[in-house]
Amino acid sequence: MEFTSFVFYFFAAVLIFSGLRVVTARNPVHAALFLVLAFFSAGGIWLLLSAEFLAITLVMVYIGAVMVLFLFVVMMLDIDFARLREGFWQYLPVGAFVGVLLLIEMGLVLSRGFGGKEMPPTTAMVTEQAGAIPCKSNICELGSVLYTDYVYPFELAALVLLVAMIAAVSLTLRRRRTSKYISPEEQIAARPADRMELVKMASEKEAPASAAQDGAGADKEAGQ
Amino acid sequence: MLSLTHYLILGAILFSIGVAGIFLNRKNLIVLLMSIELMLLAVNINFVAFSHYMHNIAGQVFVFFILTVAAAESAIGLAILVAMFRNLRTIHVDDLDNLKG
Repeated sequence: MEFTSFVFYFFAAVLIFSGLRVVTARNPVHAALFLVLAFFSAGGIWLLLSAEFLAITLVMVYIGAVMVLFLFVVMMLDIDFARLREGFWQYLPVGAFVGVLLLIEMGLVLSRGFGGKEMPPTTAMVTEQAGAIPCKSNICELGSVLYTDYVYPFELAALVLLVAMIAAVSLTLRRRRTSKYISPEEQIAARPADRMELVKMASEKEAPASAAQDGAGADKEAGQ
Repeated sequence: MLSLTHYLILGAILFSIGVAGIFLNRKNLIVLLMSIELMLLAVNINFVAFSHYMHNIAGQVFVFFILTVAAAESAIGLAILVAMFRNLRTIHVDDLDNLKG
């Protein structure tokens, strides 16, 4: 067995084992960690297929961001794991039946469709464009079509990410009653007239005459 | 010698595991989301394998977009999960019957 085949079978075995553990693990934390292992093995298989950029993207985006998010949510929520497990053995026969049936159907299609006519893999990709840049690396090939032919889908993908970010923040944002949060726009919009009001009102009690004269005399002395 | 069929069968096995996982863990929303991720991974393996053996880069571009959408989907799914847990104090699927469906 040549080395490439050995690597493929090794990663495929790890991938299938960890995939099975994801769906059968008793604890969702273990399931998330096995999903990390599955993504990592899939990244190795993509490296065999000379999709280096996507393999690195899978490791960085999926393991680095999405799975960390999963683990964060699993550990943050106070979940009764035992209650979530109930009915597992009850659904096992129908789940296994559907899975095996799906596998058999796809196997039938694959054995008919791609049995004899395999194309030998080469390193050079065929690009549709006539004036395409000749590339040696996978990133160059991907980038040269991503920013030309697929530039509008690329920008739409950026928009999807923006919408997802805003949606995630607005879904989980909440105002605590007890927090000492101060709204900056209200602070900036504050005017002196809103804060202090001068009200003219008549004095309620007559001042004594002598006190008023003394007061007037004091004013005169202060003026001199 | 590895052929395209090897990779396609690997993708098929992984997809079947994901489908079976949805049946097995139908009480647990988090593992349901993980099963969906497994199925997406299987589809991505097929795309990359076809891209390699058909000598066409378009498959890898498509995987790029699938990764983007899947990341957005799981972020929103988990945000909904957190918001739901905050309001109902549970993520048990049987308790989520507010819509009386």
